[in-house]
Amino acid sequence: MQKEMAYSFPDEVLKHVFSFIQSDKDRNAVSLVCKSWYEIERWCRRKVFIGNCYAVSPRMVIRRFPEVRSIELKGKPHFADFNLVPDGWGGYVLQWIAEMAGAYPWLGEIRLKRMVVTDESLELIAKSFKNFKVLVLFSCEGFSTDGLAAIAASCKNLRELDLRESEVDDLSGHWLAQFPETCTSLVSLNISCLGSDEVSFSALERLVDRCPNLRSLQLNRAVTLDKIANILRRAPQLVDFGTGNYAAELQPDVFSNLAGAFSSCKELKSLSGFWDVVPAYLPALYSICPRLTSLNLSYATIQSPDLIKLVSHCPRLQRLLFLIQVLDYVEDSGLEELASSCKDLQELRVFPSDPFGVEPNVSLTEQGLVAVSLGCPKLQSVLYFCRRMSNAALVTIAQNCPNLTRFRLCIIEPKTPDYLTLEPLDAGFGAIVEHCKDLRRLSLSGLLTDHVFEYIGTYGKKLEMLSVAFAGDSDLGLHHVLSGCESLRKLEIRDCPFGDKALLANAAKLETMRSLWMSSCAVSFGACKLLGQKMPKLNVEVIDETEPPDSRPESYPVDKLYIYRSVAGPRFDMPPFVWSMDEAVKILH
Amino acid sequence: MSPPLLGVEEEVQSSVSSPSVECISENGIGLKERNYLGLSDCSSVDSSGVSSNLNLKATELRLGLPGSQSPERETELCLLNLGKLDEKPLFPLLPSKDGICSSSQKNVVTGNKRGFSDTMDGFSEVKGYVYTEKSWMFHEAGSDSESPQSVGHGKYPGNSGVNVILSTRSPGVKASVKQDEPANVLQEQPRATNGTSLKQTVISNNNTGAPAAKAQVVGWPPIRPFRTKTLAASSKNNDEVDGKPGPGALFVKVSMDGAPYLRKVDLRTYSTYQELSSALEKMFSCFTLGQCGSNGTAGKETLSESRLKDLLHGSEYVVTYKDKDGDWMLVGDVPWEMFIETCKRLKIMKSSDAIGLAPRAMEKSKANNKKEFGYGC
Repeated sequence: MQKEMAYSFPDEVLKHVFSFIQSDKDRNAVSLVCKSWYEIERWCRRKVFIGNCYAVSPRMVIRRFPEVRSIELKGKPHFADFNLVPDGWGGYVLQWIAEMAGAYPWLGEIRLKRMVVTDESLELIAKSFKNFKVLVLFSCEGFSTDGLAAIAASCKNLRELDLRESEVDDLSGHWLAQFPETCTSLVSLNISCLGSDEVSFSALERLVDRCPNLRSLQLNRAVTLDKIANILRRAPQLVDFGTGNYAAELQPDVFSNLAGAFSSCKELKSLSGFWDVVPAYLPALYSICPRLTSLNLSYATIQSPDLIKLVSHCPRLQRLLFLIQVLDYVEDSGLEELASSCKDLQELRVFPSDPFGVEPNVSLTEQGLVAVSLGCPKLQSVLYFCRRMSNAALVTIAQNCPNLTRFRLCIIEPKTPDYLTLEPLDAGFGAIVEHCKDLRRLSLSGLLTDHVFEYIGTYGKKLEMLSVAFAGDSDLGLHHVLSGCESLRKLEIRDCPFGDKALLANAAKLETMRSLWMSSCAVSFGACKLLGQKMPKLNVEVIDETEPPDSRPESYPVDKLYIYRSVAGPRFDMPPFVWSMDEAVKILH
Repeated sequence: MSPPLLGVEEEVQSSVSSPSVECISENGIGLKERNYLGLSDCSSVDSSGVSSNLNLKATELRLGLPGSQSPERETELCLLNLGKLDEKPLFPLLPSKDGICSSSQKNVVTGNKRGFSDTMDGFSEVKGYVYTEKSWMFHEAGSDSESPQSVGHGKYPGNSGVNVILSTRSPGVKASVKQDEPANVLQEQPRATNGTSLKQTVISNNNTGAPAAKAQVVGWPPIRPFRTKTLAASSKNNDEVDGKPGPGALFVKVSMDGAPYLRKVDLRTYSTYQELSSALEKMFSCFTLGQCGSNGTAGKETLSESRLKDLLHGSEYVVTYKDKDGDWMLVGDVPWEMFIETCKRLKIMKSSDAIGLAPRAMEKSKANNKKEFGYGC
């Protein structure tokens, strides 16, 4: 045996060096260098991120990484957020918890997104991990306050409990009281998703009182304005605060109490919540506005003038503000004000106040976004709902903001053309992908032909996620994207005339991506079967709630199709309306 | 870049940069029609090539299912049939664009997945407008050769399952279209996310004479339910609801004793108890007929098939709901509008379990049950 060791470090040294490498991408690269590096790395990897819980099995993860302390899992496809994925589809976390309970006794952090979490899972977490610290349930469902009570009661050193946007079954409001008196470790608590009966306020107050490290607190809507002051006074160290209700009859003592409480929070940088706002109470915020970097007013149904006042009455607010999420009540004028004041703005999200109305209810157009693009050169991330757009505006935005990394535009009416020229918006979106060279995420809307996909395929080399709806003319559109976008990881398509050809022609591309969703398109059942047969590393799943796809001719298009790469093979928890195209799985008839 | 699948040639990758309007096959790219789906060759498409540029651009094959069609689809449908457009009705595959008659696009089914003839029954009211138009119907192939893109027409399997609605679209036309024009013709109710047939909703909607509300597409605009719910509640508080169409979906959970998981229904997609009942029946019949496995099992045998079939048809189940005050009531007592205001959750339970509910309601519902809400109907 030849020992060629130009240099060799003891394993411990390598391990130490690797401990400085946090990013998954880098760690993956490290593990490819050689066998011994692979071995060393896998024993010291502490954090695992699994973007699709069905891409790999718990056993495989445990086998490769035996010493994990933190895990993040994502379940349902993104379009589940918009009710396109039927209930019961999957994304259950229980099996993962069960296997990790045995393998990772020191697991401290679990972050889940779009997964089904039952009370049983929560109880198992509470029971199994003695060092449990962080539980984030982002847009999850399936659990009740009973499960939360188990977590509260058992997790002695819980630092983070974040339930943002999850659906929780309200059974009792007293789960918060389950936190033992000895629990003083909370750093972050987000219960903004809970309904009215789910929180005992006195328990909350006591909890806040005894947790001196609490930095982030998001209350739920049931907490009334008058109670905010009590909480803030108990936690002046808060950095991130979400109010509950921000409405009450204007009473001078309540107001001054509130204003005083806010001003005592010297570290407060981020505000959210603001359900049901009474504008008269907004000035209570003025003392902290100069420090704010993040303001989420996306639930605040207040009118543009009040918003403008808020932004402009605080002279230094403008300079520190990085992120605003507002309803489109802000209108073009509000955005113009914002553009002139907040030069450091990096992220803007404008949500529609009346998404289902036929006529526009507010004066928010493409002009608002153009104004912001002009005034805020640091803009990186945009989510914008509006009712009209023009190619000219998009070109202007693209030229003003070449640093955009995320651009999601939703023109509310599908297939709306350029309102000035009545042409498709191909050129406008083309300009976006051409000028914004670091664009990673793009959502399209409006009238679009195959041309826009040609642009995307040509220029969108860094594009990782693309959302398409009601666009395109033919398979060529899909083909442009699949063949051109080298960095594409997630593609979700609905209501587009894309069929078999582009999909089959680019089948291997699908193995380089996390997932592809296509619903209400033109992919035939036959093509799905073919893909399933020929591509063993892909799970091809057909979703149809009305009848089995094989009860119709093979040439019929499937209702919904979800394709994802997996090393775990077909899954076994599919409900009756999901069919796997894997040859190994017999199709139920 | 990546080896394409099955017989599609590799030149595809390199040469597909031409404008979409040109026929791919004209560029010698290998996206030729292949037989892997058992189709015959459609070579005649090539010549059509770029025939009417504008038409091609304007053409759009829309393949959405009911509810997933964009609202103006119906508009255009009707316009076409009313002969307002100059564009010729175009045929499914845009063959001039990609040179292939793929059967998938040929046989696109919109609306029902059932056969075309079944669909005809459901759309009796719109029959005159849409489906009898020869140019729309594939299985009357060959009769219409107006359009240069009608190639492959005669080659389609002439089965009754074919049912495609095409629409031509040009921006100019769209701009002039009013939303309320087609209201009388084909109006779509917001689609139920789970299995309610288009047939049902179309008929009922036309019968109620509802105003020309904008048809809601499922999941569009893409806003999370949490936000929509919040906005809905806010607007109620601000007393802004004044005859405007309801703020989006109204999802409530539906559970059933013995079912492995909950479902959600959007109450706004129904306008009568009958509709809700049918939808629930459809949704949950699979549980009782033993087709559903719980988490992890392939499960045909979770419940005894015959036993539960009997149960299902024997009115053994009733539907109850939890109202704002937290009380469980039998569904069907109050007017529909009031019901959707107060209903927080639905539960399908055995009649025997429902005895504890308000006696008067129970009595009333016993009488009405078979008619309106019992599972035996």
